[in-house]
Amino acid sequence: MENRLNLSEQTLSKIDEVVPKYPEKRSAALMVIHLVQNELGAVDDPACEWIAERLELTPINIKELITFYPMLRDKPWGKRHVRVCRTLPCALRGSYGTCKTLEKKLGVKEGHVREDGEFSLEFMECLADCGQGPVVIVDEQTYENIAGESAEKFADLLLKGKLESSEEFVSYEDGLVQEPK
Amino acid sequence: MDIQELPKERRIILKHADDPNYSNRISCYLREGGYDILKKAFAMKPEEVGEEVLKSGVRGRGGAGFPAGMKWKFLDRKSGKPIYLICNADESEPGTFKDRQIMYKDPHQLIEGMMIAAYAIGAKKAFIYIRAEFFEGARILDRAILEAKEKGFCGDNILGSDYSCDLVVHRGAGAYICGEETGLIESLEGKRPNPRIKPPYFPAVLGLYQCPTIVNNVETLCNVKHIVDMGGEEFSKIGKPNNTGTRIWCVSGQVRKPGYYEFECGALTLGEMIFGVCGGLLPGRSLKAVIPGGSSAKVLRADERFEGTLKDGTEFDWGLEDIPLDFDGPMAAGTMSGSGGIIVMDDTVDIVEAMANINAFYAHESCGQCTPCREGSLWMRKITKRMCSGGAREEDADLLLSVANQIEGRTICAFGEAAAWPTQSFIAKFRDDFVNKAKAGDQPRDEKSLQLI
Repeated sequence: MENRLNLSEQTLSKIDEVVPKYPEKRSAALMVIHLVQNELGAVDDPACEWIAERLELTPINIKELITFYPMLRDKPWGKRHVRVCRTLPCALRGSYGTCKTLEKKLGVKEGHVREDGEFSLEFMECLADCGQGPVVIVDEQTYENIAGESAEKFADLLLKGKLESSEEFVSYEDGLVQEPK
Repeated sequence: MDIQELPKERRIILKHADDPNYSNRISCYLREGGYDILKKAFAMKPEEVGEEVLKSGVRGRGGAGFPAGMKWKFLDRKSGKPIYLICNADESEPGTFKDRQIMYKDPHQLIEGMMIAAYAIGAKKAFIYIRAEFFEGARILDRAILEAKEKGFCGDNILGSDYSCDLVVHRGAGAYICGEETGLIESLEGKRPNPRIKPPYFPAVLGLYQCPTIVNNVETLCNVKHIVDMGGEEFSKIGKPNNTGTRIWCVSGQVRKPGYYEFECGALTLGEMIFGVCGGLLPGRSLKAVIPGGSSAKVLRADERFEGTLKDGTEFDWGLEDIPLDFDGPMAAGTMSGSGGIIVMDDTVDIVEAMANINAFYAHESCGQCTPCREGSLWMRKITKRMCSGGAREEDADLLLSVANQIEGRTICAFGEAAAWPTQSFIAKFRDDFVNKAKAGDQPRDEKSLQLI
């Protein structure tokens, strides 16, 4: 099949690996969409057509998924995408304030991409880490208890590109026990 | 409350989860006797494993609390079609964060539980449907499955037997409705996750690809391992009759020490959990309301009394603090333990704002298939949002109740109830808050009170 989307070899081989895992090709749709979206940032109409052809479907079978699922996109988010949890347990610990702080500091309204494309912000529904809210996910890392002053500091570090090296904010993922020595 | 008197956690599922010397790699799992129970299960006949699960009385940990052994019994084995096992790892009920701990910290326990369950039901293939927000969780599971395959615990010819079962990690894409088992199946088939109508689409008969399918929650499948380990009868002695095993309670909201705590079913009351285990409320606050089983569960008011007769004939007269934490306790109090997500609200909470927050969630997550739910959830969001923006009217409480009552029982799946129950219970128990909102007119939010909408 022609590589009209200019996908990398790695993505193409991952797609080839994932499709045969399912008894029916259509089942692989979400996983293929994730792979394409990870590389291109979004699944636009040409991408829908390509995925549909790869899975022997019609483009609407893919388009209807992109328009339904909250985490699928037809336009890319910014280079760094920030998700803040909006749902009740996080709200009860100040997530509306956290979202406002991030809007102000990052210079972008929730649901939007900053004009220069550097940051985007999303106020989204439950991220399933309610005990340590407000929860913020930056790209794929989950940060807990981001409220008040801590949200200000968090946003400053994120703006300076120093969040990952900070000792104050360790993500849930980085906090997991690594291989014991 | 005296901490000394509190019952102790009994960590069975989370035994290793927070051990600083235990990672999610297979080396740690094997060091602690991992996959020994799989060997034990494979020495039994598949139907014997099913019998043990039935005997254990274990009830589903995803929300509905249906006995897992019974669910397995309903499996259509006569059709000759392949059988599928699906682990529901969507963990989408607001207030719930227990399955995350299992998958990120002890993924092999889930894989072992799943392979035992797959063997017991004769599954041809098994899937883990994991929410897409668990980016690293999916990678951890993928790696764990590879590790297990290398050692012959999963995949082709498990433990050298002629039984093979592949295990595939499938990521969702942020939709709450995929936690509903038939919606999940549609999603796994690559479609929009519109739930199917039951009957006829009971997954055990007509599930994935119209084949017999068992869908179980992460925690339930981990329990299967421990049931085979100790035997169904021994397992049934943990907790209370009809409420067997442990449960992982997730406490969130306005308590000093929110978190996940594993206790034997019925080992403690809601009061002991909130005021003891979770260290009580923030200084100077008093309790206003508790949602005991994820945001869909009916809210409890701090000063309510609950009276009635339990199934075993004992009469009860409880305050909120006396409700036993198991399946039947919250049920007797007119609500449910659901997925175990306990959301605590103190006296600074504006109840109408909390309601508006919940309504915004359900309006966003309705799949849109059934008109009462699609339109009703949207109207409930609009009305409560208007109430919080200075436009509250005295008749709003009745209006909300009327919308909610027209959703309940009129939809294909239980999402309709999940969306209606919060509104129905908030209005029934906090009507004054709704009426006062209108009387107060366009007042700015109390400065102690957090913005919730």
